Formats: sequence, C-alpha cells, structure tokens
Amino acid sequence: MSNQKTRGKSTLDYERIVQTEDFKALVKRKQTFSRPYVVFFFAAYFALPLLTGYTKVLEGPAIGAINWTWIYAFSMFVMVWVFTSIYMNKAKHFDKDVDKIIEKNVLK
Amino acid sequence: MSAISYVIFFSVIALTLYITYWAAKQTTTASDFYTAGGSLTGWQNGMAIAGDYLSAASFLGIAGAISLNGFDGFYYSVGWLTAYLVVLFLIAEPLRNLGKFTMADMIGARFGAKKVRGAAALNTITIVMFYMLAQLVGAGALIKLLFGIEYWIAVLIVGTMMLIYVLFGGMTATSWVQIIKAVLLMAGTIIISFLVLLKFNFNFIGMFDAMKTATPHGEAFLQSGVVYKDTVGLISVLIALVLGTAGLPHILMRFFTVKDAKTARSSVIYSVWIIGIFYVLTIFLGFGAAKFVGVDAIVAENAAGNMAAPMLAGVLGGDALESFVAAVAFATILAVVAGLVLSGASAIAHDIYGQIFKNGKVTEKQQVNAARWASISIGVFSILLALGSEKLNVAFLVSLAFCVAASANVPTILLTIYWKKFNTTGAVASMLTGLIVALVLVAISPSVMNPVEGATLITGNPIFPYANPAIVSVPAGFLAAWIGTLVGAKRPEKDEIAYAEVRFKAETGYKELEN
Repeated sequence: MSNQKTRGKSTLDYERIVQTEDFKALVKRKQTFSRPYVVFFFAAYFALPLLTGYTKVLEGPAIGAINWTWIYAFSMFVMVWVFTSIYMNKAKHFDKDVDKIIEKNVLK
Repeated sequence: MSAISYVIFFSVIALTLYITYWAAKQTTTASDFYTAGGSLTGWQNGMAIAGDYLSAASFLGIAGAISLNGFDGFYYSVGWLTAYLVVLFLIAEPLRNLGKFTMADMIGARFGAKKVRGAAALNTITIVMFYMLAQLVGAGALIKLLFGIEYWIAVLIVGTMMLIYVLFGGMTATSWVQIIKAVLLMAGTIIISFLVLLKFNFNFIGMFDAMKTATPHGEAFLQSGVVYKDTVGLISVLIALVLGTAGLPHILMRFFTVKDAKTARSSVIYSVWIIGIFYVLTIFLGFGAAKFVGVDAIVAENAAGNMAAPMLAGVLGGDALESFVAAVAFATILAVVAGLVLSGASAIAHDIYGQIFKNGKVTEKQQVNAARWASISIGVFSILLALGSEKLNVAFLVSLAFCVAASANVPTILLTIYWKKFNTTGAVASMLTGLIVALVLVAISPSVMNPVEGATLITGNPIFPYANPAIVSVPAGFLAAWIGTLVGAKRPEKDEIAYAEVRFKAETGYKELEN
C-alpha cells in the first residue's frame, strides 16, 4: 500500500545522504563491528561437522563420559548468547548515531 | 486416559480459546489482523518468536531424534539456535526497517515489479504449505494417540481449531496463544528435565555415563555419526538448519509485530535465551526417553520417535504430566499452524490480491476480508492435503520447508539488503531457481525414492544421494542471483528504487509518510 505512494513522493536526496561522511562512517563502523562475528560464527558452526566427520579429535573424553563433541556443541550455545549480548550493547550506540544522521539530514 | 487427563487437556485448550475470544474484540484493521497492529513489546514478541520456533518439530522431533540417535539429534538444536545469529546480525533490523506486513514487502521496497512480489509470494505459500502439512500430520497423530480416535477426525478437529484462532483472533490471538504456550512448554520441559536429573541423582556427568549402555548404539550414541555417516550429507543438513530460519515467512513476519527495529532486536535477544535454554533441555528429554522409556517402546509408538517426550512424561510423572505435556504439544501445533496460516494468507491477500491485482488500492475492510478468505482457502487446502498424508514423515516435511526457505528466500533477502548491483531479474531468477532446484532434488532424493518397497513415495534407487539438498540448492540460489543480475543489467527495469534509498532506510529505519 505505502510502496506506491512512497515511490511518487521521494523527496529526499538519498544519493547525497548516503555520500555524507556521517552515513559512510556509520555503515563502516557497523560493518567493521559485525563482519568478524559473522565470519567467526559461520566458521565455528561448520567446523563442527568437519571435525566430527573427517577427524577423531572431538571423540575423546573431556569431562568424565562427556566427550569433546558435546563440549563443542555447548560452546556454540555460549557463543550464541555472548554474541547476541555484544550485538545488543553495540547496537545501542549505533541507534544514537542514526538519530544524529536523521536529525542532521532529514529533519533540519 | 483418566478423568484428570481430560480435565488438564481441555483446560489448556479452553484457555487458548478464551484468548482468541478476547483478541477478537480488538482485531479490526488489516494491521491488527496481520501483525497485531505492531503493538507487541520486546519480551512479548520474543516469547512469541520462541513459541513459533518451538514447534512440534522442535519439541517432539528433537526429543525423539536425540533419544534414537544420540548426538546426531542434537545437531538440530545447535543448528536451529545458531540460525538466530544469522537472523540478528544480518536480517532482523533491515527487514523491520524496509517491510510492512510480509517478506515480499521488504523485497518490494527495492524491486517494485509485480513479478518480484509474485515470486516471493509463491515461495512463501510453498514453504507455508510444507511446514503446515508437517504440523497437521503431527497433530493428527498426537490426537489419535491420546484419544484413540481416527486420524481423519483428528485432522479435521485440529484444522477447525486452527481456523477459529486465525479467523476470529488474527495475529493478536495467535501471538498470545504463542506466548502462553511458550510458558507452558518451558514449564513442562523444566519439570521433565528435573525429574530426569532426579533419577540420575543430579549427576550430569553420570547421566552421560549411563547413556553409553542405555541404547543399542552403545558408546556411539554419544558421538556424531549414528545417522549422518556421510559428512557432506551432514553439512547439507546443517546449511538448511542455519540459513533456513532467516527465510521462514512465519518467523520473518514476527518482526513486523513490533513497532520498530529496536524492539525487533530486543525480541530476538529474549527468544534466543528462551530457545537456547529449551534446546539445552532437549538433552534431558532425549536421554531420559532413551533410558526410561526405552528405544523399543518409543519406536513401537512412532517410528520417527515423535512421541518420546509425552511418553517420558508419562513414565516419570504419571497420567497427569503426560496429558499436560500432550496438551501443550497440541497447543503448540495449533499456535504454529495459526501463525503459518496467517503468513500464507498475507502472501495471498496482501501481496497477490492487494499489491499485484489491485495495485495497493484496497480499503482496510477489503484487506481484512481478503485475508480471512485467504486463511480459509489455505486452511481447507492444507487440511485436504493432510488427510492424504498420514504416512509422510513429519521431520522430512519440516526439513524440506527449511531447505526451500534457505535456497529460495535467503539469497534474495541478503542480496536485496547488501548488494548494490542486484536487480529485478536477479531477484526473480534467484527465488525461482532456489525453489525449483530444492524441490526437484528432494523429489529424486532418498527421502522420496527408496529401493525398499513402500518405505517412501517412489520405489527405486535415489538419483540424488542426500536427503537434504541444501548444499546444492543454496549455492544454486546465489548463482542464479548473480547470473540473473548480469543478464538484467542490460535492460534496466523502471520500477527499481535506487540502492541509495534502500540502503539508507535499511540502516536507519527512516520511513516517508510516517504517521
């Protein structure tokens, strides 16, 4: 519904805004923040089947009868919880930057 | 079943119906119907996401898979939880910022062509149908087990209940049923886990020790490889699990039930904690069922192990706990199918009817009416399909839905947000290629073709070796996006919104025509 209307009413000069230093810096900061986490969690995730499928390193006992395969799987859970918390905290800072950009370029 | 079982079972159902009655009085606009008016708070939506996610496949399926296959069953828990990092880091906020009711809205925010919206709607409907079929078949089996009634009557009862929730209560009712169900499901799971631990004298390590001798698999039960002997096949399954969530229409729709990206983000945090804790507890459900119910008994009841959790509840807590768990499982299925009907109906009523045929020129009343009729059509159609699908494996249908979501939707969603050169032809090519490749490969996979007569739909040697084709179909979706974009670059479409605008809105949540 809104798409059609919005399309005709494109009054903002988006090409200009995305070229502003503020916006470019925001996008860069966001990417520099999230890229290492994304690479890390995908790598950690797909390392599990590679290690269980092609090697025996995770088959040995870790704590009593619990072997390293389970420890690895549990550490994935911890990773998810830690990464979501980090993301949450970081995102609050980005929110402030976004507010500034909107205020400066749109609401002036 | 004893009298107390009936009382518990029907109390849970009555509670969900009361919520629907309450919600019906608040549902007037299209936005109320599809997205509860965007009024849910972070924790409410987080609970509802958890509720949507902890479907029959999670609760009944994973518990059964761990009890029968040990660690290989736990791969589901790991994959489905890690999937939330993909959702949170890459998709949740841009999706909320660009979309309105549906996934197609978000893609349509960049590519206005009707064929793009049509392809997105087609994918949504396909995924919803597979997912819904799985839940309905599961619910039918559960009710059949509990009350000893015929499968077809059971499916009709479930189907009618599902339509009542959706038609009268819309998304408000569906969300609140999900929230309450998530609480009950967690409570039930914690009680069972506690009882399992009690049996092992609260010795977590000792429980693992006991599992070495509890099943026919012996020590292999605690290692990877009971089912997934082929590593490429395992990786293929894991691709579908981790990417599929980010393309599931009924999960994506949940990001539109909150007011902004901030709330969408906080709801993911809540759901990640609830889902994570639940998945840790699936170990107790699975191990407990293997040890105290026994593999033979579980398989005798249901070959896929789907009844492991309710049976374990019966062994540990008697009739009362078993019927409580069964009632929660039933409410789970009802709430999930209601959410599925809504996302399917939104694709039909909002995307196809509203945007494609009416160019967005529909009144609020027409919208809600169209959505109700679409819900009835989808509901009736899926009930008819479910009636003929009693023998289909529930886990197979769900994994198929995840695979189609990962192959057909995820490449387009990601590239719409992050790739500047992506264009209309690329989007359509990617969505259709992902869908077709996934469906065709499944049709010639061991899930459908088996040399043992009667084991699957077709008797014969499978042409494609892996039950889950994600390892081929997901790259196919991305490849088609790239090739389509190269082809399309030669003849630009006029309905495309400049990437600068999409990028700005995705990052900041800025919207024109804000009320």
